[in-house]
Order: sequence, then C-alpha cells, then structure tokens
Amino acid sequence: MSYQAFVIKYGEIGLKGKNRHLFEDALVHNITANLKNVDGEFRVDREQGRVYVEALSEFDYEGALEALQRVFGIVEICPAVLTEDNGFDQLSDEILSYLDETYSDKNFTFKVLAKRGRKNYPMNSQEINMELGGRILDRFPEMKVDVHTPEKEIHVEIREKISFYSEKFKGLGGMPVGTNGKAMLLLSGGIDSPVAGYMIAKRGVSIDATYFHAPPYTSERAKQKVVDLAKIVARYSGPIRLHVINFTDIQLAIYEKCPHDELTIIMRRYMMYLAEHFAREDGDMGLVTGESIGQVASQTMQSLYCTNEAATMPVFRPLIGFDKQEIIDRSLQIGTYETSILPFEDCCTIFVAKHPVTKPRLDVIKKSEQNLNEVIDDLMKQAIETAETILVEAEDVR
Amino acid sequence: MIAYLDNSATTQCSEAAAEKMMQVLRVDFGNPSSLHTKGMEAENYIRDARKIIARTLKAKEKEIIFTSGGTEANNLAIVGTAFARKRLGKHIIVSPVEHASVANPMKFLSENGFEVEFLPVDSNGRVLIDSLWDMIRPDTILVSMMHVNNEIGAVMPIKEAAKIIKEKNPKCYFHVDAIQSYGKYEILPDRWGIDLLSVSGHKIHGPKGSGFLFCHEGVLLQPEILGGGQESGMRSGTENVPAIAGLGVAAQEMYDHLKENREYLFSLKEHFVSAISQVEGIHVNGLTGEDSAPHIVSVSFQGVRAEVLLHALEDKGIYVSSGSACSSNRPAVSRTLTAIHVEKEYLDETLRFSFSVHTTVEEIDYAIDTIKSILPILRKYTRH
Repeated sequence: MSYQAFVIKYGEIGLKGKNRHLFEDALVHNITANLKNVDGEFRVDREQGRVYVEALSEFDYEGALEALQRVFGIVEICPAVLTEDNGFDQLSDEILSYLDETYSDKNFTFKVLAKRGRKNYPMNSQEINMELGGRILDRFPEMKVDVHTPEKEIHVEIREKISFYSEKFKGLGGMPVGTNGKAMLLLSGGIDSPVAGYMIAKRGVSIDATYFHAPPYTSERAKQKVVDLAKIVARYSGPIRLHVINFTDIQLAIYEKCPHDELTIIMRRYMMYLAEHFAREDGDMGLVTGESIGQVASQTMQSLYCTNEAATMPVFRPLIGFDKQEIIDRSLQIGTYETSILPFEDCCTIFVAKHPVTKPRLDVIKKSEQNLNEVIDDLMKQAIETAETILVEAEDVR
Repeated sequence: MIAYLDNSATTQCSEAAAEKMMQVLRVDFGNPSSLHTKGMEAENYIRDARKIIARTLKAKEKEIIFTSGGTEANNLAIVGTAFARKRLGKHIIVSPVEHASVANPMKFLSENGFEVEFLPVDSNGRVLIDSLWDMIRPDTILVSMMHVNNEIGAVMPIKEAAKIIKEKNPKCYFHVDAIQSYGKYEILPDRWGIDLLSVSGHKIHGPKGSGFLFCHEGVLLQPEILGGGQESGMRSGTENVPAIAGLGVAAQEMYDHLKENREYLFSLKEHFVSAISQVEGIHVNGLTGEDSAPHIVSVSFQGVRAEVLLHALEDKGIYVSSGSACSSNRPAVSRTLTAIHVEKEYLDETLRFSFSVHTTVEEIDYAIDTIKSILPILRKYTRH
C-alpha cells in the first residue's frame, strides 16, 4: 500500500476571519505551482480547514514531499492513503495492513482519531475510534492505546473519499506568499540578503529584487551568481523580478568626489534611492535588506541611521537581530549558502576603504553628497535607463 | 573587433579536426574493441592518429598512450611512476613553477610517504640546472620538469636536464610536461633522454578531452584507470575515438608548418612586446625574444588589478587571462610569479597574453590601443 495523497495542515491562516478564503486560495495556488516541477499529476483541493493534495497518477513521492516543504503557510504535511467507501470492515482491513507494512516495530502507543465529514456514514467518529482501536489491539497486541500522549495518531477522515494517515512532516510555517503584498529586496551575492528575502517571503510577501553590478570591477560570473541565488530563493518565494543595475559610474563618481572613508555609506544611500525607484515602479510597499546590527562598518546603528534616511519607504531588515552564525545556519537550511560563498567580487567590496567610518553623521554625509550635485542626476537617470530586468523562476536543484 | 589572446588557456579547434570528429561521431561511430568491421573502422582512426603523433616525436607508435588530456597524462606519469617504482626509492625532484596538474600530484605523493624536492629557478623562471646533479640520489625515481611554463613562457633546459639525469642515475625517469610546448617546438624524447612526456590536444587546436602521454619503451607505470585494458592496459575505458582522431589531425597540422608557425608567433610576440613596452608603468615578466616561448607574454600593470583590467578588456572583445586568480574571497597566489620573486604588489596585477597562428597583428594592435586608452581611467580608481 502506498501513499496517494497528502493532507496539508495550516495554522495561522486559519485565524484570518473573513479573509480566510483569500489565504487558502493563495495556499492552494502556491502548492499547485510548487508541484509543477514534480513528476506526476496532482489535484489540490481545499475542504473544511484542510488542503488535500491528491496524486492522479504515479508520482515522485520524495519530490512532492520536498516541494510541499518549501511552501510557506503549511504547518504539517501528512502523507495519506486514499480509499473508496466499501464498508467499515474493508476499511479496517486496509488500515491494519497499512500499519503492518509501515511499522515493522509495533511497540508504540497510539490513538485513533476519526473525523466524519460525511454525516451519512453509518458510524460516528467516536464509534469508529472505539471499533478501529479494538481491531488494532486484537491484531497487534504489542501496540498500546494512550489517549493523552500517543506516539502515533492514526487519523481516519471520512469525506466523499476516505483517507487515513499516521505520519507527519513539519512544514515551513509562515503565510502563503502573495497574501501580504510585495517588497523590493536589495540582493547581493553575499550570505545575508538571500536569507532576508526568504524571511520576508515567509510572511507572505512576494519579492522583487535589485542587484547592483559594477563592470569591469565585478564580472559576469558575479552577476550569474546573483541570478542563481535568486533562483534558489524563488523556490520558496515564487518568481522574482530582478533588476540588474549598472552602478559603476555612480561608484566612480562617489570615489572621485567624496571622502573615501564615507564611500560605502554614500554608496548604500544611492542604492536605496535606486531600489526605491524600481520598488515604486513594481508596486512594492517596502525595501528589504540583509543588514544586521554591527556586522560591518556600514551596519552600525549610526550607519543604518544614515542609510535609512535615504529611503522614504519602510525598510525591512528581517535579520537585524541575528548573529552571523544564525544567518549562516539559515542559509544552509534554505540552500543558498554554497552559492553565496563562491568567490566573486561584490560591488560593495571593490573600493572599500581600509578604515571606513563606523559612526557617520548624517549632516556630514549629506554635505559630502553635495559634491555630486553636478553629475548625480544624470548618472542616476542613466543607471535607471540601462537597468536590465530578469524574471527569475525557481530552479529545481535536486 | 574580437581579439582572442588566451590561447594558452585553450585554442579554437581546427576546421579539419572538427570535420574529422564529426565523421567519427556520426558515421564511423563503432567501438574499437568490437570484433566487427564497424569496430575496425574506429580502430583505424586511432591507429592513424597514433602514427601521426609518433612521427612528430620520432617515437614508436606503442609509446603513445591516449588520455583525456594533459592533466591525466601528468597524473599518470607522476603517480604512475611513484606507485610502480616505490620499492626502488621514494625521492622525486620537481621544479617549483609547475602547473597544478603536476604540483598537486606531487603534493599528494609527499603526503603519502614520498620525498619531493624542488629545484631552484632564476628570476626569469628557468630552472637552475647546475643544482640538479647534486640533488639526484641513488633513490631518486623521477625528475619532472615542464618544457614551457604556462604563465610566463619560460623555456626550461630539458635537453641538458635529461643528460644530467641519465649520467648521474640512469634508472631515474625523466618526465616533461610539454603541454605548452608541443606543436611549438620539435621534441625528440628518445634522442634527448625523456622517458615520459605529457601533451594536451586543446592547446594545439585539437578538441578538449584529448591528449596523450609519451611513455618510452620499457618504462613501467602503474595505471590509474583500470578496466578493459585499452591503451595496452595503461588507460582503460573505451577510447574517445572522435577526440583522438581530432587530435591526430591537429598534431599533423601543427608539425606540417612547425617552423613557419613558430617564426610567425615570434614575430607577433616581438611586435606585442615592443608596443606594450611603450606603455607607462608596465613590466614584462621573464625573458623576451627567442629565449622564451613564442606564444606567451606575461605583463604586470602597475596600479591596476588584473581582474578589473581583464573584465574591462573583455568588454571590448579582448580575451586574456589573469596571471594569478585573485579575489577578495580567494587569494590564490601564482606559484610561478611567486617563485620568480615578482614584487608582491604585481602579483595581483599581472595578465597573460597568449597567441596562436590565427592571431593577427591587427588584433594585437587593437589590444594595445585599448589597453593604452583604459589604463589611465582604471589607474585613477584604486582601492585604498
């Protein structure tokens, strides 16, 4: 007997009152999209606080499970067996042989949890619990009932079809992407920003992204790396509109006209302006960065204050309280780490001063920026006009 | 305009070689080990290629072992010698400016009970041959030396080295990595006293995935790839017939015009060196003229990071290599440039230009002009 379906449980989105169906629709949509690259044909339905994924053909079980484990909004994934209603005797036989095949060691406690959605079924939930529990005990004497803290819960759900399951896998939690608007991620080739994108998407936010490249100081491979990172994040967030902005001339102008120890801060302020331009174009409601307090000179409180001032949109920094190791752990978990550590120069590091300011003052920075007055408007305009937009779709990296 | 000046990285496959390969891939696709005619047809391609290559080295056909390329040939020569001869001794001598495909097998051996000793080099990257006599011991089983250095084009005194080795310890094998020199020079392993010689196909307008090891008659190696016993048991696995056929064609083309080609390359190099020498703040590494390889020039550019210059040139259709792949995350310092004591600041500022017979004077002029125009801009902006 093999699994033909998954019962999908979601937590938080169940609480959303009248908007609930919007969240459920998004969840169904995202599950369907994520299963698109999995071998097999699937039907995704929702019914009474559950989403059911039913395989209509032979399918790649491992692949489907992994795909579901990348959908935000899912709390638990239960692989289930589907069967027709041919009477209770046959159902119990099927459940008994399922248990026999699934658990070679039957030394565990259990509890039967029946749920009768179809009220014309001849037994009610309590009767099924009692009767099935009894038959299980008769057949497998090693199994013991524990109604309070059972090691396995044997679920039986009676709907048009009948499904039963006893295994569960954790989902990612969060909320379905697409239910909380869109935000613009400032994506670099580093470890942090892809994780930041993931964290925002986890709360249901769709992502657009900007990447600043600086040829010839950064290479085509560095750009390819960022696209690859976006592909990995897109496995969770769905497709990402990536704007690749040529930042060389702006950087060189800053280098030429402003104090070198302020270079990084001023540069980041212009990145904010540009990201916000594209954010507005794309209809985003905020900017997202991978900053965490104190990680580098440009992420001290003073530096963040100066950078933040350049933006008029809210700037979300989901990693703000993370230690580096926590960020690394998360990037390993989502699969971006190995790509992030590929050794290509980033536009943030090429002109970095030996001793950048760690406590910049906004008035001083703004004064330095005045040195750019003559050229900056043209340079910004040019950067916007020459930007390249790539629609990055998830790529399966199994 | 496109100027591909990275021919020491790889060359364009010649048309005749590609055509021959297509024929083998599509028409005469048999397995040389098959007993039927289809197999024999395929075998004939290998036989032809082996004959051509043996002739270029004045070697015997059975002395040519086809491999997947230069790296495999070097590995087979070095690790194969060490494992076959460890009872005779565990001392190995090598130059300090070898390619990674020699240096890393040596590192592997030194971590596995062998004693690897390095020859000294002069400031032009040439092995100082005088110390070789004293370094060779009764338990020295192998001396390995490249013919032409891949980074700066230094030409090693392999003839003299062979003479010293055979005089001091006739049982010691001599391996030459000829990957950058085959097709540029006449090499006579048997006459000179070379036991093992590695060659790569794609450096001489043959296909990638092709190459061979010359293995002198009577030289014993431990094969690294075991299986069906192809290549006299030295390199099992169904032969890469298309690549071998292509390699044969390419080798033939190289040696049909060896002298004219070399003279042409030297004229290109001279033109390049004299033009680049006019540029301010540059330094040509190693020897120039006929004292170094005809197709490789290493140039350091003061105050410009090699990678940045490389990408700036790429933007203009000019393709070169950086002498030492460096980045903020991975400082991989070049063994050769370090060994010849190139100044520290130059290590990250060195580009390699390498030519082929298809390179034109116009391409070189275009590259020089482009360098002249972008250098001042790049020099204005440097990291502090």
